[in-house]
Amino acid sequence: MEVNKFEDVFEGKLAKNEMVEPKDWMPDNYRKHLIRQISQHAHSEIVGMLPEGNWITRAPSLRSKVVLLAKVQDEGGHGLYLYTAAETLGISRDELLDNLHTGKAKYSSIFNYPTLTWADIGAVGWLVDGAAIMNQVMLQRTSYGPYARAMVRICKEESFHQRQGFEIMTRLAFGTEDQKAMAQDALNRWWYPTMMMFGPPDAESPNSENAMKWRIKRETNDQLRQRFVDQTVPQVQYLGLTVPDANLKWNEAKKGYDFSEPNWVEFKNVISGNGPCNKERLAARNKAHNDGAWVREAAQAFAKKRNEIYVAA
Amino acid sequence: MSDNQGPVWEIFLQKKAGQPFVHCGSLHAFDKEMALQNARDLYTRRNEGVSIWAVPSNAIVASSPEDIGPFFEPANDKVYRHPTFYQIPDAIGHM
Amino acid sequence: MLKQVQHDIKTLSNLCEKPLCSLRLKKKNKMTTQDALFQYTLRLGDTNLILGQRLSEWTGHGPFLEEDLALTNIALDITGTAKSLLEYAASIEGKGRTEDDLAYFRNDRQYFNAQITEQPNGDYARTIVRQAIIDCFDFYFYNELAKSKDETLAGIAQKSIKEVTYHLRHTSSWVERFGDGTEESHNKAQTAVNELWQYTGELFEMNEVDAVLIKEGIAVDLNIVKAKWEKHITELLEKSTLTKPENVFMQTGSRKGIHTEHLAYILAEMQALPRMYPDAKW
Repeated sequence: MEVNKFEDVFEGKLAKNEMVEPKDWMPDNYRKHLIRQISQHAHSEIVGMLPEGNWITRAPSLRSKVVLLAKVQDEGGHGLYLYTAAETLGISRDELLDNLHTGKAKYSSIFNYPTLTWADIGAVGWLVDGAAIMNQVMLQRTSYGPYARAMVRICKEESFHQRQGFEIMTRLAFGTEDQKAMAQDALNRWWYPTMMMFGPPDAESPNSENAMKWRIKRETNDQLRQRFVDQTVPQVQYLGLTVPDANLKWNEAKKGYDFSEPNWVEFKNVISGNGPCNKERLAARNKAHNDGAWVREAAQAFAKKRNEIYVAA
Repeated sequence: MSDNQGPVWEIFLQKKAGQPFVHCGSLHAFDKEMALQNARDLYTRRNEGVSIWAVPSNAIVASSPEDIGPFFEPANDKVYRHPTFYQIPDAIGHM
Repeated sequence: MLKQVQHDIKTLSNLCEKPLCSLRLKKKNKMTTQDALFQYTLRLGDTNLILGQRLSEWTGHGPFLEEDLALTNIALDITGTAKSLLEYAASIEGKGRTEDDLAYFRNDRQYFNAQITEQPNGDYARTIVRQAIIDCFDFYFYNELAKSKDETLAGIAQKSIKEVTYHLRHTSSWVERFGDGTEESHNKAQTAVNELWQYTGELFEMNEVDAVLIKEGIAVDLNIVKAKWEKHITELLEKSTLTKPENVFMQTGSRKGIHTEHLAYILAEMQALPRMYPDAKW
């Protein structure tokens, strides 16, 4: 078959809402876009373990400690599902990790913000996971089979995460004065960074067009952002807290809230390495990887001695 | 020695005794025992299975998309392989 | 402020009643079964809690992703067991304290975890060796405790057996990989064995608490566990080409609430938030 014919088959699959599978022919750009998107997503899960893991040893009750442990572990599992999905596109785990460790690959800028108080763990679960879920639900129907299947599994597991965060916020918001203040402070600091998670405004989003065409993405950044605000404001009101946005106002005509845009200059800076924790996060990942090198070597040597040789794919 | 994450394994889970093993995902492991343990820790955290198969990825042979025609379409016209092809007299009932 | 001071006094007086003072009083008054059971359950709960705390320091920092998740599973099981045990301890005590009061409002001198559990994680070989030593102990210990006449302890033990059996399989396979892997991994594992061995004696120490409860068919005779543990760990080390240390001078103290310097730091970190806001519920 000629390339044109391959392309017709590929386009036909997209048109019929069918999945593209690893061995199917796909345009180079599609493959590259997927590798970039899936690995960014995977890196975000892995780096995301750090700000939340930061509070495991300090969780204020045994119940909250086991719940947080289980949650952070889930994030690791999600990163792993996604890495293996990316690997089906012909890139190895080693390369993927190298890209993260050298700073070549990006991850969600939200994880470059610090978790300063226990309420931040609530805010991360409630807002950050809430925002992530909106993206992820949409991606369960994405066009690349292994990615879609990973997302189905992730969404199923993720459903407890947002509730876990909201439960922490509820206990704080209806707790002592100090606790309520802690909750409001966390909301103030996490509101805008969470809004940034949906990416730049549609007009300035360079990768959106192809992503929509290929069904790698199914809703635009601005659509998702609007939905997030509309969904979250009533939850803020329930908690008796205040959204840190003087311009937030219900717009009857569009049946949604008007709200202030996040600071996109800050966004660009955090993405390009100038956020409050970029250096710590990368350093922590590099340290874990480097400290683990002798462990992996030992495992490899042991397998070899036992004649268990499998060619590393 | 080269640093790497070990070979890729494909993991199949049996949900309940008696049911078929179904592919649930992949992982990295350096040896057989590790592959089994990692599969248990990664893919059965929520009671998803009672039995695990772990297979080195490179041991799997897969058909290609181009094979769809020659592999699977010839089966389309062999209706006589299905029980509905045959008529059983009413008097016999279920067979 | 006044409220906080009152709370502190209340907490302090609670703490002074037990377990410190009861230990001092025991020479005059014979220890009751209830006292002993409280102490015993506390000892088991503390051991699991501190070990779980140490293991969870690895979450997000493991040597590779799959193993990071595996070790976190172990941390989860162990912290869960700690929660059940401290809940039970609180109910035995019957003074309205919860498992969180016990975890977050006792000082290091009121903690009875085995000293080996509070030792720093060190490199991955040290964490794995520490864990294998304890898993092996727990495996035989919980198999005995499952026969306890105390139904709650027996129930907790039965649940733990399954978890611990898997932990032991996981950590044993890593001890083997390290011992018989590279020279570097072998040396790291051997160093860990050599340095941790001094804390193994304590695991088998018995005091009046054990004596009272063994008579009632509640507690485990640790001499039985010791024989099985020694056999198993010796075989594991041999299989892993590691050398078992001989004639090691054993550390002691945790049965009396005496610890290494590490525990106070662990507690300072773990307890900071509840102690900063003693009136808060989380």
